[in-house]
Amino acid sequence: MDDAVNVAGSLRARLALTLIGGAAAIALLLFFVVRTYAAQIAQSGQDSILEASVTSILDAVTVRDGDVEVDLPYVAFSMLSTEADDRVFYALWQDETLLSGYEFLPVADPPDGGDIVLVSATFDGAPVRVATAARILVGANARTRVTVSVAQTQDALAGTLNKISRNVGLIGSGFFFLSVLVASWATNTTIRPLERLTHSITRRGPKDLTPVARPVPMEMAPLVTSLNSFMARLDTSLKQSEDFIAEAAHRVRTPLATVRSHAEATLQRVDREDNRQALRAMVRAIDESSRAAGQLLDHAMITFRADHLETQPVDLVELVEDLVTRLTPVAEMKDIALTVISAGEAVVEADAILLQNALRNLVENALKYVPEESEITLEVIATPRPRIEVRDEGPGFPPDQMQDLAARFSRGENAKDTIGSGLGLTIAKDVAMAHGGDLTLTNMPEGGACVTLLL
Amino acid sequence: MRYIIALMIWLCPLVATAQEWEDQNAFGPASADTTLRVLSSTDTSLFVPIIEDFLQERPDVSIEYFVTGTAQIDQVFRAAAEDFDVVISSAMDLQLKLVNDGFSLKVENLDQPQWAQWRQSLFAFTTEPATIVINRGAFAPGAVPQTRQELIAAMRARPAIFRGRVGTYDVRESGLGYLFATQDARASETFWRLMEVMGGLDARLYCCSGAMIDDLVAGELMVAYNVLGSYVAAREDVADTLEIVLPSDFPTTMMRTAFVSSRTEVEQEAAAFVRHLVEVQTGPRNPDVFPLPPLSAAVDETGQAVISLEPALMTYLDPLKRKTFIKEWSSAVIQ
Repeated sequence: MDDAVNVAGSLRARLALTLIGGAAAIALLLFFVVRTYAAQIAQSGQDSILEASVTSILDAVTVRDGDVEVDLPYVAFSMLSTEADDRVFYALWQDETLLSGYEFLPVADPPDGGDIVLVSATFDGAPVRVATAARILVGANARTRVTVSVAQTQDALAGTLNKISRNVGLIGSGFFFLSVLVASWATNTTIRPLERLTHSITRRGPKDLTPVARPVPMEMAPLVTSLNSFMARLDTSLKQSEDFIAEAAHRVRTPLATVRSHAEATLQRVDREDNRQALRAMVRAIDESSRAAGQLLDHAMITFRADHLETQPVDLVELVEDLVTRLTPVAEMKDIALTVISAGEAVVEADAILLQNALRNLVENALKYVPEESEITLEVIATPRPRIEVRDEGPGFPPDQMQDLAARFSRGENAKDTIGSGLGLTIAKDVAMAHGGDLTLTNMPEGGACVTLLL
Repeated sequence: MRYIIALMIWLCPLVATAQEWEDQNAFGPASADTTLRVLSSTDTSLFVPIIEDFLQERPDVSIEYFVTGTAQIDQVFRAAAEDFDVVISSAMDLQLKLVNDGFSLKVENLDQPQWAQWRQSLFAFTTEPATIVINRGAFAPGAVPQTRQELIAAMRARPAIFRGRVGTYDVRESGLGYLFATQDARASETFWRLMEVMGGLDARLYCCSGAMIDDLVAGELMVAYNVLGSYVAAREDVADTLEIVLPSDFPTTMMRTAFVSSRTEVEQEAAAFVRHLVEVQTGPRNPDVFPLPPLSAAVDETGQAVISLEPALMTYLDPLKRKTFIKEWSSAVIQ
């Protein structure tokens, strides 16, 4: 299986970009809305002054002896003083005749009632705002219509707008900057439960298939539910296959024992050498099959017990000596001596059955590979960490395969002519790991292999 | 015959552009690359030191200096703006209206306070109060009137002495006189009573401060109203004869202003001249060398407020308003 996950995009980046992009859009919108609004307010400020100016002039128009007189109030222009010294234009019309002022000032046509019409226009190359109002005067002879327009350039307004734009720009930028901070905070907070889940799953032991118990956010619940159910199914399926193997091994072993005893009995009765040869080969094959079945059973048991360790104080020396006693007859068949080295007792908290199993597999392994008339040494060392070393005088491990030998069903290159299942080292390693230890394989300088079961 | 026609053709433009100047002078080398044409209402003698100071720094420039009345300046310049590069006048209202109507250029790199400039185009460079100038012969020492009210009272008390011997600007002719009169009229009703009294004494009307001072010195005038005190102070021969009174009831103070013509072809030099003018008049200076009064703060220690540079100055320039004002003024002064 390919280990690399197919990664496309990043939740964190997407979240951060969405938040920051949103903040930028809102900041921009804020800028334009506030600026437009401010422009309207500033314009209405100028408009109201222009209106007041027009009104004050219109109020000063009188008819005397049939002539229109305008006593232009000083305040009409005085009120139009601005910071930017805006230019002021005006025009007074009687019907279609210019009374005074700027003849070419663009003028809207206002209603008679005195309502003021405001327009933006251009005069003498400058943008101006023009306020115009009209009034009907009734003299001795006739009615006459007087129109008053006052215009002002928009320099001060532009200045105000620039100032406002600058300030709003600053506020918008500040808002955006804060939003970026909030976005990164929000992103981290949102991603954190996901990271926590990842972490807690990564940290699990290889056999831990229990459901995730930590509380997770609502949005992650479906994922975790699926994960839990997936793990549960995996667990069940693993257990089923282990059970199946154990069951199968168990069922195979008993008939094998029967077949073996029949073969042995037949061997006693048969005289022809080639028949005896065939029967001996048969017995050896049956032995090997039965041992493999035994190891499969061991492995299944270990897999099961590793999850539910039944620990108790165990004296490693006693355990080793007990095992040696039981295996000595087998060893003697090959003229192999089993030696135990120890310095007093070494008591550890451990599952005795598992340890025994592991050790037996290691010693059986050694018995299988060492030449006849050699020695296998089992040394129990209590400090600094309790460990048992199994040393032999065999050919040693092939150096380039030492890493993989403890894997299931893996056998060394030099073991081709030896019968075996490849489960021995795996069982020992699983037991060591279940106890929080490890199994290390080394070759000794003077020759021979050394397996260390570290607890 | 051909010669006569040629002469006529040659003379025609001269006749067409003929303009009677009060004074006309050229300064600087005739070979200069650039000639600045300055249109001004300020007497040449008061301006010579500033011009010479400028020409020292700019030997490549020569200056033609034309002097005429404030009202004339407005007419001449409006008719032919391209003929002049810098316009200087004491009639603030006419100057402001010229700038408002787009006859000026902005001058960069000239930082003046808001009250002393308008649109970064029109720059004030003197502060000069309108004064009452009296001939010491007409009043006993210590009895010199200090306010308009006191002047009215003094004239009413001794009409025989003052009849035909009081003078003021003819506001119909003088732009500055019109500015002073309108600002006075805005400030107080006293102005109208003073005008009526002066009218009753057959007041003599003048085009300019210089002429009034001449008549005061000659003894033909006992009192002149709204004379530029700076012109009196600049004349050394009058200290014994004349006394300058700053009316203490309300002052009317104007600022001389300058701007660069929008039609100038030598913008750099014209702007440099205006900058130089303002720098001389606002910086530390020797009053013996530069006789024009400096530009002082908008409100000085005696509480003198200066006529402010604002669009409202255009109010009295409105033809209708002007017609009404001249009518009232005439009925008071010319009885």
